This record gives sequence, structure tokens and C-alpha cells, in this order.
Amino acid sequence: MDLVFLARLQFAVTVGFHFLFPPISIGLAWILVFVEAVGWRTGSETWQSIGKLFSKLLALTFAVGVASGIVMEFQFGTNWASYSRFVGDIFGAPLAAEAIFAFFLESTFLGVYLLGRNRVSKEVHWFSILVVAIGTTLSAFWILVANSWQQTPAGFEVINGRAVLTSFTEAVFNSSMWPRFFHQMTAAMITGAFFMAAAAAWLLLKNKGKEVALLALKVSLVTGFIFAIISIFPTGHWHASQVARDQPAKFAVIEGLYETQTKAPLAVFGIPTVDKETEKPRLAAEIRIPGMASWLATGDVNAEIKGTDAFPASDLPPFGLPFFSFHLMVALGVAFLGLTALGLLFWKLNLLERARWFLVLMVIAGPLPLIANQLGWITAEVGRQPWTVYNYLRTADSVSITVGGGELIFSLVMLSSIYALLLFVYLFVLGRILSKGPEVPQTAEVVS
Amino acid sequence: MTLEVLQIVWFILYAILLIGYAILDGFDLGIGALSLFAKDENERAIHMNAIAPVWDGNEVWLLTAGGALFAAFPPVYAAVFSGFYIAFYLLLAALIFRGVSFAFRNQLDSPRWRRSWDWAFGIGSLLPPILYGVAVGNILRGVPIDAAGEHAGTFMALLNPYAIGVGLLVLAIFLTHGSLFLAIKTEGELHDRAKKMSGRFWMAWTALWIIMTIATFFVAPERFGIANPLFWVFLVGSLGGLAATIILIGMDHPIKAFVASAVTIASQVSIAFVGLFPTLVPSTLGREYDLTAFAHSSSQKTLTVMLVIVLIGMPVVLAYTIWVFRVFRGKVKATGDGY
Repeated sequence: MDLVFLARLQFAVTVGFHFLFPPISIGLAWILVFVEAVGWRTGSETWQSIGKLFSKLLALTFAVGVASGIVMEFQFGTNWASYSRFVGDIFGAPLAAEAIFAFFLESTFLGVYLLGRNRVSKEVHWFSILVVAIGTTLSAFWILVANSWQQTPAGFEVINGRAVLTSFTEAVFNSSMWPRFFHQMTAAMITGAFFMAAAAAWLLLKNKGKEVALLALKVSLVTGFIFAIISIFPTGHWHASQVARDQPAKFAVIEGLYETQTKAPLAVFGIPTVDKETEKPRLAAEIRIPGMASWLATGDVNAEIKGTDAFPASDLPPFGLPFFSFHLMVALGVAFLGLTALGLLFWKLNLLERARWFLVLMVIAGPLPLIANQLGWITAEVGRQPWTVYNYLRTADSVSITVGGGELIFSLVMLSSIYALLLFVYLFVLGRILSKGPEVPQTAEVVS
Repeated sequence: MTLEVLQIVWFILYAILLIGYAILDGFDLGIGALSLFAKDENERAIHMNAIAPVWDGNEVWLLTAGGALFAAFPPVYAAVFSGFYIAFYLLLAALIFRGVSFAFRNQLDSPRWRRSWDWAFGIGSLLPPILYGVAVGNILRGVPIDAAGEHAGTFMALLNPYAIGVGLLVLAIFLTHGSLFLAIKTEGELHDRAKKMSGRFWMAWTALWIIMTIATFFVAPERFGIANPLFWVFLVGSLGGLAATIILIGMDHPIKAFVASAVTIASQVSIAFVGLFPTLVPSTLGREYDLTAFAHSSSQKTLTVMLVIVLIGMPVVLAYTIWVFRVFRGKVKATGDGY
């Protein structure tokens, strides 16, 4: 079998699995910073109870994220040795910085937050969750620095077939880094909010710790609504227009633009296919808004946007997967806004508890941001093909040449089995923790 | 700083990161392996609780060392990780199971469930020290690095008697170090047993260290850096550390004995690095193919940036690590969160 394909498959499986967990941790950690602050300052048992329940879920999620994350630190070396030699002068530093500035913070202070409740003061306990949240954010920052550099490499020159650093700041603050970071952070906040909303809605449906669950649902709806807006505008728009500027081949593919044109239309829907007669790519069943792609990319309806015909076929990503994943991600993003807006409306109308169908909907919607994260990642990474370092190093030239098919199948089968087991146990334990429900406050409090 | 100075500094920093890792994750891996000998479920819970708040931070030293190797010596990172492929994936499997066992174990009130995760914790802690030792043994002995800087050997070739010997030595070291930490964190019968075991494992450590030192003399005599005064400093540190450890165990000072065993670990890892310098991975196919700090480092700029990152970051990390150990000082129990 094709060794490059196997190595890519393994990378996709391992990152895809790992990437389920950190966005939940990041979002949940920041929500807990808020919840614990209110619980501490007001002394409200309801707020503290939310903190206790969701800190358990954070611990669980964080553990699986850490366990699957170790693989990522080593996999560049084991499976992408040629890539590692090419990029080592630049790519290793953000990974090391992530460990030094982020991993130590997160893991050390999570220990204090989870196990130190009775050993440190309330101030220090709250400070611990704050540091955990900052740590997870720094972790996202540094890994996205590394990832963004692959997409929009900067601050280096190629000497003797190796990328050599010329400016660390240019390499770190490469052109896709900030839009990617902020878009990912808003996505993580939505992920954490929907995770919390699903848990709270489920508790309400099962009639467990009603007060606590209702308050948690309200907190998560507000958080989800705010960040659903920000994820579309400005961060989503910012990121897309940056892709149009820096990676025009990727933009052409995700927008289904196969011919260079002015007044380029935005594809709201379509199915990438190949015309039988002309053998050229085209969008079937398309719904397009004229000029919209030009306007969104540049702010000018008349701007010329390059189509896939402007690039050699050997430099283009596949047409189908990035197109579908991008459009589905956008659709989900809009759905998150709609769902949370509906929830806020029901809250206003005092219908949150009674609209059981809405609670069922929020439970089902819980994992949807995880899917949106995966789709966004597929758009970015498959859209970057056929390169691992955009325009500099091809994926086919990046793998470890000493690693054979037998070894790859061994690691792929081993990791896939372990991850399947972990996912199963994670969901099982998640259900167990929720079925115990929150600690119900002794004295009933009035919650508005 | 000139490139050459930076390369030397990074060789030393790399050694320091591995020493930090060996001392810190060393004791919690050791306790994990020890849990396989625990009497009952209750005792296994105490083993786990003794390290629950700190093990994850300890493990970050490994990730830091991995990231630093990638950043400072990319060709070495690429050759070793792709070359020791199967060994690394076995290590990862062990570390994954061990890591999640903390989060999963107490979630279900079922002895079978807890027993399963206790096994994951125990085996997942037993395997890594052996694998680390096998890796170190092979590097001391040299591996077939070819002209392209690629590892041309097989997994089975890594499992040679010398490397397995070093694997057992590392296991003995971590078991001693871990039982001392366990003695610090426990009281009563378990405390007494941990203390007794630390003496026995110390004997295994000392015996294996002497045997493997003699074996190294035959397998890789060039690893004895006797011309380097540091070699003698660390030799004295190793012998003095071993002596101090057993004396302090005998005097019933587990905390001081733990410090002595940490000093011994630092000295013994340092001896290996002194013998290797400036080589990071010696090649058995010819000295010209050795992967060295001078020939296989990143650029001066990257090494400088990395040095700044480490000098800013690691003192802060050390400060709050010490603080956290202080927060969680004292004896642990089996119930609740253990604290």
C-alpha cells in the first residue's frame, strides 16, 4: 500500500482524535473561570455546584487530551522525519515553547484546581483555574503558530534543502497566525458552551439538580451566542479573506471557483463534479450569489478572483473534500447562532424548562461544534495539499523513509484501537458523572 | 554567543532536561511499577494518590525534551524517532494508558473496573523505564546511522543484551527512587514496607550499575571520558550518592535519601553525557556518520531564540513546581481525592 497515504491516514486519525478534546478543555476552562469567580465572590452554592460538576468533566476531557497529545509531539519525528529535517530550525521552537510556557502551567495548576480545593485559599483556588485557562490558550497559540507557519511560511530562507530561520518574529507572526488563532479560540468557546449546554439540558430532561442545570444552561447559552457571532464575524470572515489573499488555490477550491473571474460568485450550495463533455471541473446543483466571493475576499465586488485554472494541476488540492467540509462548517456555524438565539428567546419567554424539544435539540447539538472543528481543520489541511509547507515542501517528500509498511500498519492499528477504546470509555464515564448529577444546594436560592 | 558555544550549551541543556525528567517522572513511574506489588486495592489507591497532583507536570519534562531535541538538533530528532519507531509506539501506548488511568479509575464503583485501570497504571509505568533504558543502552553502544543520517537497523536489533541490561538498570533506579517517594508520602505498614523495598531496590541498582559499567567497558570503551575532569566529578557523585542513599535509608530519613537518590541519578546520567560529548548518537557504521551537536544542530539564530525561551520559562516552571510540591506535602490517604 502507498506509504505516504498510510502516514497521512495515521496523522489524520491521531490529530483528528486529539483535536476532539482540547477545544472542549479551552472553552470549559474559561467558562469555569467565570463560574468559579461568581461562586467565590457571591458564596452562591448553585454557582459553586456548577463549578464542581464541570470541573470533573474538565478533568476527564483534559486527561484524554493530554494522553493523545503526547503522540503528536513525537509523531513528526517518527513518521515525518524528512519534514522534521526540513523544518526543524523553525518548527521545533514553537513546540518546545508550547511545552515550557503552556503544558507545565496547565498540568501543574489543574492539579491544584482539582485536588487542592481544601489545601489552598479561595483566591489561590480561583487563580488556579485562571492559570489553567491561560495555559490552554497559550498552548493553542503556540501550536497554531507552528501550524500557521506551514500554511503561510515566513521569516526563513531555504539553504541546502533546509529552511533556516532569518527572523523569529516574522516566523511566529506569519500572515495566517492571528486570524487562525482567534477563529480557533472562538470555535473553542462555542465548543465548551455547547458541551455545557448539552450536559445541562440532559440534566433538566432527567430532572436532576434542576436549579444548577438551568443556571448552567443559561451561562452556556449566553457564551455560545456571543462566540457564535464572533466566529462568523469578525474572525471567520477575517480568516477566509486571509486565505483568499495568501492561499488563492485553496480559496478557489473551497469556493468552487474553477475559472478566474471578476465579480466572482459565492457558492451557497453545490457539488464539485467534472463536466462529461468538456472534462472540466464544475459545480453541479449550484446556488450562487454573484459578486459575493469577490466582495467577501477583498471588499470589492469587481475584484478578480483566481480560479483553479490559474494553477498547475500538480499544485492543487483535491476539489471535493475541502469544498464540502468548508461549506458544512459554515452551515454549522450559522446553526450555532440560530440555536443559541432561540435558547435566549425561550429564556426571555420563560419557556426554557417547558420546551422539552428544545432541550432534546441542545443535547443532540452538543457534539456538533466538535464536528465543525474537524471540518475546519480538514478545510485548512486538505486545502493546503499537496504541500506540508505551502509552496516549499511537498507532502510526498515529507515522510520518514526508514519506516516501512509493516511498521506503519502496526502503529496505525494500535493507535486506532486504543483511541476507539478511549473514546468509548470517555463517553461512558461522561455519562456516569452526569447521571450522578450536580450536588444540590441545601438551601434553595432564587435564580433569575 | 558563537554557534559553537551555543551548540555546547544546548548539549548541556538537553542533558539537564533529561536529568529533570529522570528525577521527576522517575519517581512517579517507579511508584506506578511498585503498585503492581501492592497488597490490595486500598494500597494501590494510595500509590496513585501519592502522585496524582504532580505526575502530569513531571511528564511535561519529556515533552519539553522532545520539543527541545526537535528545535535544537532536528536531524537527531528525525533519525532517532523514526529509527526507534516500534519502541516509541510501545512507549506511547504505555504512557497513554497510564495517563488516562488516573482520570478513569475512580469513576465507577466496581472492583473489576478499578482493577483494570490499576493494571493499566502498573504496566503503563513498568514499561517506560525499560524502554528508556533500552534506548539509552543502544545510544551508548552506537546504532547503524548511515551516510544519509538515517537509522539503518531493525527493532529486534535494538533488543540486544547490553541495552536490555541498561533497561533493567533504569527500572531499578526508578523503583528505588519511587519507593523512597512512597515512603515519604505514606505511614504505617505501607511506609515500613516502602522503606524496606527501597533498600532492596537500591541493592539491585548498585549491582546493575556496576555490572553495566563493566559491560560498557567492553561494549563501548570510548564512552569512558576519563580524560575529562567532569567524568571524575560525576563518578564521585554517583558513588557518593549511592552510599548516601543507603546510609540515609538506614537512618530512616526518607526525604534526605530521596534527595541523595536524585543526586545519584543526575550524576549517572551526566557520566553518560560526558562520555558521549559532543556526539548525540554514535554510528556503528563509521565515526564520520555520528550525529553530533556540532554537525547536526539548528542555526545560531534558532539556538539563541530557544535559549531565551528556556531561560525565561524554566525558572518560572521550577518555582511553581516547588510551590505545588509544598502545597501537596504530607501523607496521603486512600479515600476521597487522597488529600
